[in-house]
Amino acid sequence: MRPRSAVWLALGWVGFALLPWFAGSGTQPALAPPAPGPAGSALIDGLTSGRWWLLPVALPLLLALAVTALPGLRARQPAALLAGGAFGLAWVAAQGFAIGLDGWAWGWLGALFGPLPLGQGGFGAGAALTALSFLFLMTNGFAGLGFMKGDRFTAGAIGLVLAAIAAFVFLPVGYVLSGAGDTGTGGFSAGALWARLAAPDVWRLSCLTEAKSCGVVWNSVFLAVMTGIATTLLGLAFALVAVRTGFRAKKLLRVLTVLPIITPPFVISLAVILLFGRNGTVTLAMADWFGIPVSRWIYGLPGVLLTQTLAFTPISFLVMIGVVQGIGPSLEEAAQTLRASRWVTFRTVTWPLMRPGVANAFLISFIESLADFGNPLILGGNYEVLSTKIYFAVVGAQNDPGRAAALGIILLCLCLGAFWVQRQWLGKKSYATVGGKGDNGIPSQLPRGIKIAAYATALPWAAFTFVLYGLILFGGFTENWGRNNSLTLRHYLAAFDLSWGPNGLIWSGRAWGSLFTTIEVAALSAPLTAAVGLLTAYLLVRQSFKGRGAFEFLTMLSFTIPGTVIGISYILAFNQPPIELTGTVTILIVCFVFRNMPVSIRAGVAAMSQIDRSLDECSLTLGAGSVQTIRRVILPLLRPAIVASLVYSFVRAITSISAVIFLVSPKYELATAYIVGRVEQGDFGLAIAYSSALIVLMSVVIALIQFAVGERRIGRRAATPVTLQEKPV
Amino acid sequence: MSIASKAAGVEFRNVSRRYGSTAAVDDVSFSIEAGTLVTLLGPSGCGKTTTLRMIAGLEMASGGTILIGGKDVTRLPATDRNVTMVFQSYALFPHMSVADNVAYGLVVSGVRKRDAAARAAEGLELVGLGGYGQRLPSELSGGQQQRVAVARALVLEPEVLLFDEPLSNLDAKLRRKMRDDIRELQQKLGLTSVYVTHDQEEALAVSDRIIVMNKSVIAQTGTPDELYRRPNSRFVADFIGGANLIDGELVARGGGTATVALGRLTLSVPDPGLPAGGILLAVRPNAIRLRPAGADGGINGGGDGSGDGIPVTVRKATYLGSHMEYGLTSEFGDLFVVDPNVANPVPAGATALATFTGDGIAAVAR
Repeated sequence: MRPRSAVWLALGWVGFALLPWFAGSGTQPALAPPAPGPAGSALIDGLTSGRWWLLPVALPLLLALAVTALPGLRARQPAALLAGGAFGLAWVAAQGFAIGLDGWAWGWLGALFGPLPLGQGGFGAGAALTALSFLFLMTNGFAGLGFMKGDRFTAGAIGLVLAAIAAFVFLPVGYVLSGAGDTGTGGFSAGALWARLAAPDVWRLSCLTEAKSCGVVWNSVFLAVMTGIATTLLGLAFALVAVRTGFRAKKLLRVLTVLPIITPPFVISLAVILLFGRNGTVTLAMADWFGIPVSRWIYGLPGVLLTQTLAFTPISFLVMIGVVQGIGPSLEEAAQTLRASRWVTFRTVTWPLMRPGVANAFLISFIESLADFGNPLILGGNYEVLSTKIYFAVVGAQNDPGRAAALGIILLCLCLGAFWVQRQWLGKKSYATVGGKGDNGIPSQLPRGIKIAAYATALPWAAFTFVLYGLILFGGFTENWGRNNSLTLRHYLAAFDLSWGPNGLIWSGRAWGSLFTTIEVAALSAPLTAAVGLLTAYLLVRQSFKGRGAFEFLTMLSFTIPGTVIGISYILAFNQPPIELTGTVTILIVCFVFRNMPVSIRAGVAAMSQIDRSLDECSLTLGAGSVQTIRRVILPLLRPAIVASLVYSFVRAITSISAVIFLVSPKYELATAYIVGRVEQGDFGLAIAYSSALIVLMSVVIALIQFAVGERRIGRRAATPVTLQEKPV
Repeated sequence: MSIASKAAGVEFRNVSRRYGSTAAVDDVSFSIEAGTLVTLLGPSGCGKTTTLRMIAGLEMASGGTILIGGKDVTRLPATDRNVTMVFQSYALFPHMSVADNVAYGLVVSGVRKRDAAARAAEGLELVGLGGYGQRLPSELSGGQQQRVAVARALVLEPEVLLFDEPLSNLDAKLRRKMRDDIRELQQKLGLTSVYVTHDQEEALAVSDRIIVMNKSVIAQTGTPDELYRRPNSRFVADFIGGANLIDGELVARGGGTATVALGRLTLSVPDPGLPAGGILLAVRPNAIRLRPAGADGGINGGGDGSGDGIPVTVRKATYLGSHMEYGLTSEFGDLFVVDPNVANPVPAGATALATFTGDGIAAVAR
């Protein structure tokens, strides 16, 4: 009846009695004679080393064993598993947090129970397996009591996703909150928190009254509003050109939408420097022709605004194209048959229908701009924004994690606020009117004035963007851009040189190490991201359970948390027991999985909503379990969404910077972090060469996959399966 | 034919299904005999589909006990119940061929591929689709898809076969044929079937028994004939067959009949088991006959019914080929009448005499 419970129970015992409980050095094979130090399994360690607090872990395992093995107690099994699993999880977590490397982690515990003879390290394989076993015993018990329609798989999946989100999203954010109130001696005080949150350099408004810079919050918000407005207008212009005009090169515009996905965000900054920096082409030309003195004007608000607008316009374009396409042409045709002219139709029908979408595009760009890290880092100059200030609070001379945490809270609140507005206000106000009917009329042409305006904004901007990308690809081949424009392969050789040594091929270029790590991390995290994301999507679309809305909100929330906040929170949370991950490759993978999961969820939700629910119900009534249903019915129908989320998470893992710049270590360096490091050293040639190599690599990957899967768009727009309705008539 | 029946009975004991504070099914009890076709009938939102899904195990009961073949299956998920279902949308897997669709249930329950394919072919033969196995569902017409769905549910030899509004996606003519086919197959194989529909005519046509549901509870259970002739409530009378509802007075009961006073008329109806006093008469549209007023001059008519006629005005007359439909204005309010006499219709605007035939009138509580 419950073989899976027995399997998990057995694994729990393995984790408790056989595998090393702690991670890191000093562990030994569990069956070897016990030695002092953090060693062996929890059972042996608890019995021999004086870590008595590990022994109660056995209690729920014994209870579960009793109800599974003794037929007389069978009827009580679900309740016992639920209680035992919950207790086991709670105990493992509680002892992990309460007892650190040097004994009690919290002073008051020491005062209460007296000092401990020894502490303990971070969780290892044994602890992880045991905790997992408790989790699934608990969910099996839950299902056995008749919740989740008695479906053990669903209960287990929900438990797993929730536990993962709790451990890798909420726990770190919790650390940020408590870190911001850190008094420096390990305690927490509201006063310290308030002092950091209300610091004058965060909130002052002196730029209004005197020639000083404003507080970093105002800088960030002002930049985000400006970027939001600019990208929304540009995105709207692009969308109108793409959907509502007879423009010939629409495919070229589509290329624009792929660019931000395949480009690390700061690459635009590099290109802008090539044009407008002190040795930039335009700057030098202006100086030569018009005698305009060379200045550093691009470093600061103008530069960041320009680059962010360039970087986020494609995202806004993607949002707006959906909005513009979503307006049923029949509505406009109806207006025209009611004797409205084109202009009146646009003003009274088209524009009001687009308005919520426009606001949505604005908010998305607003959030993106707040969270952006690479561009302000490179071009910000003296214009400080929250994301860079957080970074410098940790890595700079200040090294004040508390301050970084406080700034992180402010940034998080801003982003969450925008996210909340987007959901509360816009969620109910969407007029998307695409019907399932094929013949919906022909989109009407734009009024002349608007058409000209759209062309006049979109086309030059598109040209500008393409020029910048051209510069990036070309810039890596010049000796020293602006000063010495002779062609060279020097930078590429420095990065990607190969040589033959006595033992065969030597990857002697400086970039190989980080490139290989990057690809490895991306390749490992992509399938995990897709799996977790699609599993969550399955739960959201296919299973109804209490708290589903809250569950969805939680999963989407992790998308809104800015990368810099994630980075700082991971450092704070995973630098100490019980979960010790900093400096490992695991932390990079975990970070990518939870950063990119929401996109995978969205792709999954979109694709799964198109598959009629009766298909899985039918499979269930035909005797297939949840797992078989997923494998035989849902997964085959979801293939496009799977590919989309695989590609997306792979590419995002290669191009993202904001979170991982906190998490890389000399051993595990990532390409983007390496490039930013080069830029900070002033080594533009190598940075540009490496960036263009990445762009080309990404393009090839995407092109290959697109070729393999057939014509399909990739990225934020989930690839939509052709026809998945089982009613063809 | 080696596809046999393992038909088993179904029993609900005080079963409820609640979503928060609202109950979709509220304390429902019934039992279905093995080998019969029972229809759950009711307006949308009455709880009939939820009831069906609880039999399948797709919804879990919040309270009560569900038995299939005498075994308690209340907590058993759909996968572990020997019940199959034909879905409203057919739910054919679009990525599998017709044969794979039909074999699916066999394959996932571990039957060898070869045997499964053979059984699937048999199942397709049974529904008249032999030779269609290699097609994709999208290459079949609506009626054929329907048959595939039935075959897929049949080959597992379920204890209970469920139909969730199986005909609602077909056009009227096909619907009639499919419902006859389903009934024939059910009787031939001796299946226990539960059939959900909101179409009362369909229910009358296919069922051994009908369970009429309204507002989450069972309104009445019975054979089609019992429900039509002896509805026990205003709702059932109106929902099945439609009825003119007229206020009357029950004056006497005895010998299985009751005497009802309706204005100056006196009618004899089947005993509703109600105390004397105000009741509601449910008069079927075909239980009223019309005669042009002028013909007999409004005197007591040709003795074709119980009691006298009443004077009415024809508000509307619709010619429908096989019969006439009339909208009448009378002292008892508006009446709707179906009259097979198409040779001498009464024109709209004319006055006429309406008489009540003995059959097709029932008394229900007010």
